[in-house]
Amino acid sequence: MPSESPPSNDVALSVSDLAASLKRTVETNYDHVVVRGELGRVTIARSGHMYCDLKDERAVLNTVMWKGQVNRLPFKPEEGLEVIATGRLSIYEGRSNYQMIAASMRPAGAGALMALLEERKKKFAAEGLFAPEHKKHLPYLPRTIGVVTSPTGAVIRDILHRIGDRFPVRVIVWPALVQGDNAAGQITAGIQGFNAITGADRPDVLIVARGGGSIEDLWPFNEEAVVRAAFESEIPLISAVGHETDTTLIDYVSDARAPTPTGAAEIAVPVRSELLLTTGEHGERLKRALARRTGQARDKLGAARLPRPEALLQPKRQRLDYASASLPKAALALVQTARLRLSRLAISPASLKSDIRASKQRLRDTAVRARPALTRLIEARHIALASQGKLLETLSYQSTLKRGYTIVRDTNGNLIRSASSAAASDAFKISFGDGDVMAHPDGSSPPTAAKPAKAKPKGDQGSLF
Amino acid sequence: MADAKEKPVDKLTFEEALAELEIIVRQLEAGEVELEKSIAIYERGAALKAHCESRLKSAELKVEQIVQGANGPTTESANFD
Repeated sequence: MPSESPPSNDVALSVSDLAASLKRTVETNYDHVVVRGELGRVTIARSGHMYCDLKDERAVLNTVMWKGQVNRLPFKPEEGLEVIATGRLSIYEGRSNYQMIAASMRPAGAGALMALLEERKKKFAAEGLFAPEHKKHLPYLPRTIGVVTSPTGAVIRDILHRIGDRFPVRVIVWPALVQGDNAAGQITAGIQGFNAITGADRPDVLIVARGGGSIEDLWPFNEEAVVRAAFESEIPLISAVGHETDTTLIDYVSDARAPTPTGAAEIAVPVRSELLLTTGEHGERLKRALARRTGQARDKLGAARLPRPEALLQPKRQRLDYASASLPKAALALVQTARLRLSRLAISPASLKSDIRASKQRLRDTAVRARPALTRLIEARHIALASQGKLLETLSYQSTLKRGYTIVRDTNGNLIRSASSAAASDAFKISFGDGDVMAHPDGSSPPTAAKPAKAKPKGDQGSLF
Repeated sequence: MADAKEKPVDKLTFEEALAELEIIVRQLEAGEVELEKSIAIYERGAALKAHCESRLKSAELKVEQIVQGANGPTTESANFD
């Protein structure tokens, strides 16, 4: 053995001893490190532990994060993302490998954070978390305001002062970290905690506030848990994070966005003194308006008042008095007038005589005028009679006889209408237009067929007369 | 407005009460309501005004903070100055 190895005073350590020694040294000297780098490959094992590389241009640091911390990561670790990791260094003896055991990790660098912010914003917008229809109406005059913010610092003081100036109400503060790894969880708990309160302590409106800071400082307000808690809050929520130029995702999801914490107080409560003034003015106007209204009605009532009964009767009574006073005089006047008219109606015989004379003359005149008129009337009647006579003549059977027809009668003067009754008679008389002839039937010769045919129209004619 | 009138005054929020008071003032000022009704709405208006004022007068800044107790969060008065 000596021949194979040169003698030495150095005590040879076992690998394990050396590794243990190294491990102690590293763990003692690097028990708290904060390191910034870009995430290389990221693997989350089935155990839930995360294995990743942190790197920059020249070096790589193997990093492991145990399951418990991985679950609390406020973001999704992705390759290429710049992060700040906090933890300790250790050595994995089995691989001759030093590594970081990270307790927490957060995104770093404005560029990386902005990109992440945009990505999340798109995602939440696509989900409809920012949709206007989800915005709740803020109460006009809240009785209780819940504030989620840091209990220290200017923010809570600003809010309380402004609320006190405008409209002092009850304010319940939910103390929460507003920066760092635990901030998102506490803010989420605050929003959810206020919503869980029932009864008199339940706020009517929430303010989630933080002062200004870098995008990294404000990052908790971009975390999904905070955004979702704000979205799900049943109590209307006002966000006031950072300055007016800073925008965080809670501002998109909140029901109202205030540019500053002071602005949140102004949105939350109206100005009491103004409202008192307004209410007082309304009260005065109400009184004046009613007074005017009743005044108008009173005026109208006055104008429409019924006259007193005496007032109604007096003119009539007066008229009656006048009338009764003038009645005897009027009666007297009437009699006098009548008497006057009577006296003017004296009858004179001379006038009567002249009346009679005039009447007689009118009678004579009428008689004279009547005579020729009567003559003319008689002549007219004569003419009418003559024309009627002529008409009668044309229609009489005598004229028919003149046209050649005859009438046959028996001895008693009865019309013979048929040849058979003619044959049965002893004698008959035939009337012509110019006179009658007696005839006897020649019994031996029966009437020919033509004869009754001839006689028949005669008979018919005769019946007309 | 019609259904708001049905609501008892003390059940109205400040905002509702103020809005209704404004309507009543306008109606009464316009003189467009009957006399009998105008007295009724005046009374309602006066009640609304009293309701609003009581809400305004009871104002007092009371600051509390949440403390996590064994039985969940409770409130205790606090001073942040």
